[in-house]
Amino acid sequence: MTGWLDALIQGVLLGGLYALFAAGLSLMFGVMRLVNLAHGDLIVLAAFAILVVATKLGLDPFVAVLLAIPILFVIGFALQHVLLNRTLGRDLLPPLLVTFGLSIIIQNGLLQTFSADSQRLRSGAIETASIPLGGGIAVGVVPLLTLLSAIAVIVLLNFIFYRTPIGRAFRATSDDLEVAQLMGVDHRRIFAIAMGLAFAVIAIAALYLGLRANFDPTIGPARLLYAFEAVIIGGLGSFWGTLAGGIVLGLAQTIGARIDPEWQILAGHLAFLAVLVVRPRGLFPRAQD
Amino acid sequence: MLLEVAGLRKSFGSIVVADDLDLVVAPGEAVGIIGPNGAGKTTLFNLIAGGLMPTAGAIRFDGRDLLGVAPPARCRAGIGRTHQIPQPFEKLTVFENLLVGAVYGRQKSEREVAQSCGEILERLGLLRRANVLAGSLTLLERKRLEMARALATTPRLLLLDEIAGGLTEGECLELVATIRGIRQTGVAILWIEHVVHALLAVIDRLVVLNFGRKIAEGVPKEVMQRPDVHQIYIGIEA
Repeated sequence: MTGWLDALIQGVLLGGLYALFAAGLSLMFGVMRLVNLAHGDLIVLAAFAILVVATKLGLDPFVAVLLAIPILFVIGFALQHVLLNRTLGRDLLPPLLVTFGLSIIIQNGLLQTFSADSQRLRSGAIETASIPLGGGIAVGVVPLLTLLSAIAVIVLLNFIFYRTPIGRAFRATSDDLEVAQLMGVDHRRIFAIAMGLAFAVIAIAALYLGLRANFDPTIGPARLLYAFEAVIIGGLGSFWGTLAGGIVLGLAQTIGARIDPEWQILAGHLAFLAVLVVRPRGLFPRAQD
Repeated sequence: MLLEVAGLRKSFGSIVVADDLDLVVAPGEAVGIIGPNGAGKTTLFNLIAGGLMPTAGAIRFDGRDLLGVAPPARCRAGIGRTHQIPQPFEKLTVFENLLVGAVYGRQKSEREVAQSCGEILERLGLLRRANVLAGSLTLLERKRLEMARALATTPRLLLLDEIAGGLTEGECLELVATIRGIRQTGVAILWIEHVVHALLAVIDRLVVLNFGRKIAEGVPKEVMQRPDVHQIYIGIEA
């Protein structure tokens, strides 16, 4: 019994990580209908960025990420403004091709720069610290922080979307791009800000990716898959849905692993397929889309 | 002149939708445009608001050449437009719809514009619907929102595209009163309309388009008497 309860708790915590992977993707799709195939690689890229900042300046990763966030915001803003805005239009193929190309460029650029060695973000004792819950169950501090950060990110994104002028512009442009322009909204700038914001979320996802496990330049695509599954399980366009989707995926994986360690990944994908069969629009779809 | 359109031409391949068109609107003036379907009326609005680029010719607003000026900048310069089929941001509330126009169209903070947005809603009879999602409005309310949102950007020229279509007689009269009220605040109006009596109740000058060309212009009553216009007008009413 304890083992199952433990699997449930660890699954929810793992879900926090997947929700962080997915939040940026959800934001990009929600605002500019951009399907970003380089998302996983961008998370890995950000993890390397945090690693470099942390080692060069001798900083703890938790401090290094604070420096990495504004840098990544600017990179995201520039990427959207210079490159991705040109790919958006009625045709869905150009952004897919361009982000797919980006994915290959990032992977190979990282391989060239950092080699294929596994890396890890080091933060001392906190990495292995845990809080005993009694009954032989304990939760790791880092997994717990991951989930809390995911919730904080979702709360903040919801606040930005529903309580600020820029958020209204995000929703207006996603609702009707042409009319938003007639209202004085410069969509290219709005999209660039949205991408900058997504990159800030990517930085936070990268922090926990690097703290919880080893990473190397080739693991991006698998993270992309988890992120996609979380977004689609949750329902397109809802941040809370994305969090729920991440948790469903995390739960399925840990429960699968509990049955048989080899089933972890498979169980996640099966849960995804099961949701698609039962609720093709996800668990919490936006009213109309 | 507030708006000057000179020698405007737009063609899609061999189809000419605006043919050597000249048009001026003075500050505060109300000009009506009629013409059969396919006469190039909505295209003209798209060219003025910036959704389409002309093949040839010039559009000046307040003396400034609009060639190469993107739609958001045209909005900020003072051009507001409504659509024949209202296109509210359906997932935003009515009030938020106005806030978007006011904040981005005027480059002001939300605090500065909130009150004037409320006043516009009150003037257009939408105040009690301020916090419902725009997607749940009725047709008349959507048309009012379309105007309210354009007004929130504080235009000096308001482009109205068949705003009276599909309304009952009573609703139409209300709308005419509202548009007169907007005029009194000094906003110039360029109004495309098939409901000619509503149009004539507001405008100073009438322009008739057919196949992308201007075929008549002048005092509304006189223009309507012209045989060639009369024929088209009959065609519209039929």
